[in-house]
Amino acid sequence: MNDTICAISTAVGVGAISIIRVSGEDSINIVNKIFDKDLTKQPSHTINYGHIIENNEIIDEVMVTLMKAPKTFTREDIIEINSHGSIATTNKILELLLNNGARLAEPGEFTKRAFLNGRIDLVEAESIMDLIEAKTDNQRKLAINGINGNISKLIKDIIDKLVGINANIEVNIDYPEYEDIEVVTKDKIKEISEYIEKELSKLLSESENGKIIKEGINTIILGKPNVGKSSILNKLINEEKAIVTDIAGTTRDIVEGQIRINGILLNLIDTAGIRDTQDKVERIGVEKSINLINESDLVILVFNNNEKITDEDIKLLEKTHNKKRIIVINKIDLDNKLDLNIFKDEEVIKLSALDNVDELKEKISNIYNLEELNNKDFTYLSNSREISLVKKAIEVSKNLNESLKNNVPIDMLEIDIKEICEILGEIIGESYDDKLIDTLFSNFCLGK
Amino acid sequence: MKYEVIVVGGGHAGCEACFSCANKGHKTLLITGSIDKIAMMPCNPHIGGSAKGIVVREIDALGGYMGKVADITHLQMKMLNYSKGPAVRSLRAQADKVTYPKEMQRLLKEHQNIDIIEDMVEDLIIENNKIKGVKLSAGTEILSDIVILTTGTYMKADILVGSERTRSGPSNTRPSLYLSENLEKLGFKLLRLKTGTPPRIQRDTIDFSKTKLEPGDDKLYTFSYDIKPQYKIENQMPCYLTYTTSKTHEIIRENLNKSSMYGAIDEKLGTGPRYCPSIEDKVVRFADKERHQLFLEPESKYFDDIYVQGFSTSMPHDVQELMVHSLPGLENAKILRYAYAIEYDAIDSKDLYPTLETKIIENLYTAGQINGTSGYEEAACQGLMAGINASLKLEGKEPLILKRDEAYIGVLIDDLVTKGVRDPYRLLTSRAEYRLLLRSDNADLRLRKYGYEVGLINKEQYDRLIQKENNIESIINELKNNYINIPAKISLYDYVKRTEVSINDVKDKLSKEYNELELEQAEIQIKYEGYIKKAKKEAEKMRKMENKKIPKDIDYDKVPNLASEARIKLKEVKPESFGQAIRISGVNPSDISILSVYMKRYFNE
Repeated sequence: MNDTICAISTAVGVGAISIIRVSGEDSINIVNKIFDKDLTKQPSHTINYGHIIENNEIIDEVMVTLMKAPKTFTREDIIEINSHGSIATTNKILELLLNNGARLAEPGEFTKRAFLNGRIDLVEAESIMDLIEAKTDNQRKLAINGINGNISKLIKDIIDKLVGINANIEVNIDYPEYEDIEVVTKDKIKEISEYIEKELSKLLSESENGKIIKEGINTIILGKPNVGKSSILNKLINEEKAIVTDIAGTTRDIVEGQIRINGILLNLIDTAGIRDTQDKVERIGVEKSINLINESDLVILVFNNNEKITDEDIKLLEKTHNKKRIIVINKIDLDNKLDLNIFKDEEVIKLSALDNVDELKEKISNIYNLEELNNKDFTYLSNSREISLVKKAIEVSKNLNESLKNNVPIDMLEIDIKEICEILGEIIGESYDDKLIDTLFSNFCLGK
Repeated sequence: MKYEVIVVGGGHAGCEACFSCANKGHKTLLITGSIDKIAMMPCNPHIGGSAKGIVVREIDALGGYMGKVADITHLQMKMLNYSKGPAVRSLRAQADKVTYPKEMQRLLKEHQNIDIIEDMVEDLIIENNKIKGVKLSAGTEILSDIVILTTGTYMKADILVGSERTRSGPSNTRPSLYLSENLEKLGFKLLRLKTGTPPRIQRDTIDFSKTKLEPGDDKLYTFSYDIKPQYKIENQMPCYLTYTTSKTHEIIRENLNKSSMYGAIDEKLGTGPRYCPSIEDKVVRFADKERHQLFLEPESKYFDDIYVQGFSTSMPHDVQELMVHSLPGLENAKILRYAYAIEYDAIDSKDLYPTLETKIIENLYTAGQINGTSGYEEAACQGLMAGINASLKLEGKEPLILKRDEAYIGVLIDDLVTKGVRDPYRLLTSRAEYRLLLRSDNADLRLRKYGYEVGLINKEQYDRLIQKENNIESIINELKNNYINIPAKISLYDYVKRTEVSINDVKDKLSKEYNELELEQAEIQIKYEGYIKKAKKEAEKMRKMENKKIPKDIDYDKVPNLASEARIKLKEVKPESFGQAIRISGVNPSDISILSVYMKRYFNE
């Protein structure tokens, strides 16, 4: 790990400049070989104008940021070369660095070094990845909060409380005949375990929201052919400027686009397969969209105002019965033939997709309680590893409460308390888990 | 004359070291300052207590002597923490300070492989970093293959009372003057430690009516797995409980500057035990406490001393008089021996291998207070392990290193060699991560096999263990295969799991009569099955880390990015495994990650 690594840190080909980052003991020496100004003579944390040179030929006019260890992201010497954005130039500079002794960084290696050198803890490392990938303001807020260590602080507080009570229990055990120290009663343990269960559950439910902010709401638009699904979809995408279109390669078919409604990210999943196909294929499509229902966070169920209810409509109503759904009645500009009684007391949104879908957007904002999300302190666990560990910790604290009820002796209760500490410690990297280190950083993209 | 083993010091560590070597057939010489004071108890009159009682049973399971001798000589027996759960129960005996050492001395003297001489060892004979024998105070040399140092508090011992410092061992015994200096010359780092003892009061000058009676348990117990209780419940001698008063605290505060520890001796003093503070410390540190508990404990059937547990001090004699007389029931008490603090040299236990052999001199072992521990039991178990491992080395066999999930002894020794000590180390239940596995009730099931393998447990004892194991298994099987209708049909096994049910409620349904200890064992295993499984899983995780070895020749200077504190500590301790490395204080999980990454490269290349 003593070697010097480099990578292009900005998305290739996008933007006016590209940044190539170099980190390691030899960073300065290596860059010096291809830069026309002597960096060894420059003070730390300065930006230096000059040229990248190969065989006396100028490759690019650049700004070079010089940051000497230890006050850097990786706690190693870091150099960032701001070059002009073209792919060819950027790759050329990278190649020169490689030829002069740097090694291409592995995915996530900069962050890995930051972690291994004690610059950041695990939660922070994961958050940095999130920050880089943040697409909305809320995502950024969430990511930055992680970096500030809000989660670490909350979890450390809980661990401190537990360690405190355990210490007290152990004093009672080690000095059984001494009354000088307060005796830990089961009531006291109960109080603490209930507190922890409450706090962690709160964290977890807020994290579900956090997940929504970060990963977006998987939204599926359902309805039988010709109800106007695609008009609604297109309207949403056109009005809100899709961030991405045609993201292929997920297991769940095709995400038609990602849109933001008042800061909430929606991943729109298309069920277009149903349209304009032969009967046989259509059936498969229907099956497929029904499977998609299970994986979605939100279903927009569309009906045609101008058509009578069919068995298929009823089937879709039943299938989505337990999901979070919005019922949309489209084509209200045409005659009403649809029996609205079928929806009972459920709220419906009536619109004409040819006109506008404002009501639908408002409804979505309301469901996800945007105001609330915006105003909250973003103390969320932001990935599934953390969420599953917190779930595990809640499980054990439930166990603890159960054991308390069953009058299990105090030294057994302590085992549960210790286990909770151990699990929570894993979240903030205070317990050592071999596997974690191996897998964690490989999730990172190159150059971060 | 040449011995295979020389043991220097006849305290609790020395005795066990002698027996384990001698019972394994090695000709052993015990060198002690005073034969009469062998196995003496210069401080508190108990054997056992929280965590320590479990150690005494472990010593017995491995073939040591402390438990048996305590069983036949004690004045009172108690099972501590009974209601707090099986993992933390621990036996404590009020020992008899006359009969306990007498019995130990008799056993040593009668042993055909043990010789005893009275002298002081002042230097070691060493060739090529290997021990060859010892030099006595007059210059006489005695040769041996192994030397085990169990010098207790005797190296450069100073007794501290008020402003006086006197070079002396405990109870006016001879200290060792030069040994620690000579060890330092060899490269051992020395620590200066301190401990203290309270005053002794003449029994018939105490008005016990003003105190609370603390009788022994009304159930019979033994430490040893090999003997039946030798005492009657009603013959146990009681202890008494009294308290300090506001007057006591006033006297202490007024005279604080006369205490050796609070400035009366104007120089840097050794580090005292955090877990056994002097009464001055308690009054100063817990200023808002109105009173502190004091236990009045008999020291022997044969003399009148009453030990005032919790009242150790280094005040001058006149202040001690005032302090004692301020205690309820002790208004007219006569002090037979005054309290004192004792300061002594110890070595840095990080200079030891887990076998207790020193890293600096081959075939030199150390055990007990010289390693920075405090307590008779802590000393005895180290003596036993040093003796076992020294003998195994003589025999060319693999050492016996107990793991942290196998024995408190393993926890103790691992702590010593991994973490080192800053103040006298006392065993605490909290030091054991897997204490649910390290119970008082299962020390034999955990360790007797090792005792048998090393040759300190005989065939008959071993067969009894196997019988016990089989019986426990058949109790559990019978309970699994028999049912009860209450009114739903459930197995007796599940029935016993219930909190309100005891195994005694169903023992009539078993095919034969099992003894009480076997039933108790089965009950614990059934009732706490879930928790025991959890603890085993945790221990398994630790084992994995333990099995991940660190090569002996690793150069920590070449491991990049280690925190500098971690680098220093790793170089100092030279951990044998990742498991040991992660327990070193100052080595953080991120350092372990770095080490792990480095090792991966190390092995890949």
